[in-house]
Amino acid sequence: MIYFDNAATTRPYREALDSFVKVNEVYYANPSSIHSFGGRVEKLIAQSRKQIAGLLKVKEREIFFTSGGTESNNLAIKGTAIQYGSRGKHIITSKIEHPSVSNTMKQLESLGYSITYLDVDETGRVDPLDVEKAIQEETILVSIMHVNNEAGAIQPIKEIGSILKDHSKILFHVDGVQAFGKISLSLPDDHIDLYSISAHKIHGLKGAGMLFVRDGVNISPLLSGGEQEGNVRSGTENTGGIVSFAKAMRMYMEESRDHLEKMKDIQRYLREKLVTIAGVRIHTPQLDSAPHILNFTIEDFKSEVVVHALDQHEVYVSTTSACSSKKSKPSQTLLSMGVGEDLADRSIRISLSFRNTMEEAERFVQLLIKETAQLQKTMRRSR
Amino acid sequence: MKYNRILVRYGEISTKGRNRKKFTSKLRENIVQALKDFPGVSVSASRDRLHILLGEENGDEIIPRLQSIFGIQSFSPVVKVERDIDEICKAGASLVHKSFEPGKTFKVSARRADKHFPLETNEINYEVGSYVLRNTEGLSVDVKNPDIKLNVEVRKEGVYLSSEIYPGSTGMPVGTSGKAMLMLSGGIDSPVAGYLTMKRGVEVEAVHFHSPPFTSERAKQKVIDLSRKLSAFSGSITLHVVPFTKIQQTIHDQVPENYTMTSTRRMMLKIADKIRQKNEGLALVTGESLGQVASQTLESMQAINDVTNTPVLRPLIAMDKLEIIDIAQKIDTHDISILPYEDCCTIFTPPAPKTRPKKEKVEYYESFVDFDALINEAVNDTETITINGAEDSALEESFDELL
Repeated sequence: MIYFDNAATTRPYREALDSFVKVNEVYYANPSSIHSFGGRVEKLIAQSRKQIAGLLKVKEREIFFTSGGTESNNLAIKGTAIQYGSRGKHIITSKIEHPSVSNTMKQLESLGYSITYLDVDETGRVDPLDVEKAIQEETILVSIMHVNNEAGAIQPIKEIGSILKDHSKILFHVDGVQAFGKISLSLPDDHIDLYSISAHKIHGLKGAGMLFVRDGVNISPLLSGGEQEGNVRSGTENTGGIVSFAKAMRMYMEESRDHLEKMKDIQRYLREKLVTIAGVRIHTPQLDSAPHILNFTIEDFKSEVVVHALDQHEVYVSTTSACSSKKSKPSQTLLSMGVGEDLADRSIRISLSFRNTMEEAERFVQLLIKETAQLQKTMRRSR
Repeated sequence: MKYNRILVRYGEISTKGRNRKKFTSKLRENIVQALKDFPGVSVSASRDRLHILLGEENGDEIIPRLQSIFGIQSFSPVVKVERDIDEICKAGASLVHKSFEPGKTFKVSARRADKHFPLETNEINYEVGSYVLRNTEGLSVDVKNPDIKLNVEVRKEGVYLSSEIYPGSTGMPVGTSGKAMLMLSGGIDSPVAGYLTMKRGVEVEAVHFHSPPFTSERAKQKVIDLSRKLSAFSGSITLHVVPFTKIQQTIHDQVPENYTMTSTRRMMLKIADKIRQKNEGLALVTGESLGQVASQTLESMQAINDVTNTPVLRPLIAMDKLEIIDIAQKIDTHDISILPYEDCCTIFTPPAPKTRPKKEKVEYYESFVDFDALINEAVNDTETITINGAEDSALEESFDELL
């Protein structure tokens, strides 16, 4: 099997899964219970938080555990909108955000907020000057993703951060779900107020994630209840998810140190080989793109056909993002990048993990060449 | 460019005449302790200043640690170069570039401690200044009020360049003024009292009274966490946890309700004093602030303090609650202190404690029980923990395997 759909989700690390099981077997008490069993679980969560804070070089109290990327994004955006709605109702975002951001924005629009959706250039990037131009007296939040989940462009987060540092009333949210562990950034230095991370994209388990909230920033909770997580996110803590998240994050950052170059080599190899196949157009920008994503179209074929053809060989890739690939809409990201509707409709996304190998990439290329040649024949006959 | 050392300027200690050596070596020891988890670092103290040689360690991680150590007036990350004017110019330019943005002004401030250096102070200023100007677009000179001040110190062993000055915590190195026992309850006040005492150079050991099952493991953990915060100012801290249940129950059974609080405090003070004696301390420290609660009236203090003639230091005595909270927030103990666990002071609190207890009365009530035996037992069963700010010691349940 070749699993090239790591932007959709990753295989949990064995060790993370073991932690998850052990925690749920042994440390199942409610950390809010006052008995010592609950106290031990509370301590276990505190240590997980401490480990993550250390890895991210932030304060422990800046970490809020959630159920994952979607919740973190919703919490960051709606939490800011509710908290600061009386100060202003204008939010700036881009046209290529993940649905957990873009649909949140739509919902806020229906509640009377006004949203500016910034264009991207042909490489899929937001221009920091556009952010500056879009700022109004009423603006309370800028939300821009760090790495686009479909085409892989890295957004100029540092530049946007340094523009926003002069606007103390505007919070800056970054959806870091696809970027974390692969793109370097410094939460303390880059003027980011809110940053979303998901566990299952870094070999943790589904159902866990976090939102970084810079010390001093207050956001309104979305879930009301037992006031867990500093009353920002109520609900009994997912201890197993949190502990395995901390473990996965530590391992992932170690792997990133050792294997990031290898990942870039594989991506480079795939790019070089794919362009030699007739009709292939690569959408992932050559420069400043994430190392794990490669998005392309084969002109003659619907993407589903290619996905299914590879599927027969237990080779797994995505059409657009997994979240939207079941809907038959062309990729909003690619359309925004100026890719025509016919091509945007046919895009295929390869996404790598640190554990994918060059051999897998070589075999993938061979299979793709073979399958497209085969399909070419069938198509010609049916024409 | 990488910093290769940090230059530390002494605070008040440089005025301390003949004791000076004791002060500087204690400060050195405290810095070494606080940076224990940076194995590449070495620290050398001389008469006027102290140098932290960074080796391969990252200076940016060390800066926040230094900011909490007492006895430091200020410190600056430094680059050391050979006594060669070209080298000085190059290093100077790259230091300025670190904090430069177009439109900023700067000046060079040279000091020639070693008069054998061929260039005079003004010549060094001129050479370095004009080199930096030539190599930095948009920079101008302002000798009166510069944004960036580049210090160049020519000494025998080499030339030191720095441009940033971080303020230190001032005060005196912890341990140069002897040792005292801090009564650490878990509330907001006592950690602040400990902090202020440390600031004047006193080594603090904490004493905490633990009354299971009336107080929980979490209340104890809270005190451990507070001690860890305090250890940031001294490198490490010793915490004595006194089993107090039996005494508290005995007081409850023996002493009339409105005097239980007074009597409890007397017992605590006696125990802390015994622990002080055992550990060669010279004083006791409390977080009392005059008039804050029933035990903190002058009458109460007199009745309580009567059990010992050891000096009892009360650094918060004249402070308002809000002033205390400000400091607690600054030293990062406030959020731990407000966690809602019962501690030794909140359980068994009578509804109406005496605000003007009489010494004779409380002595009379206590005379029916052999408290001394109970006190000795508590002192002997006291658990002593050493808490190191840099790392979690073995007392933490190990979750390493899970994480």
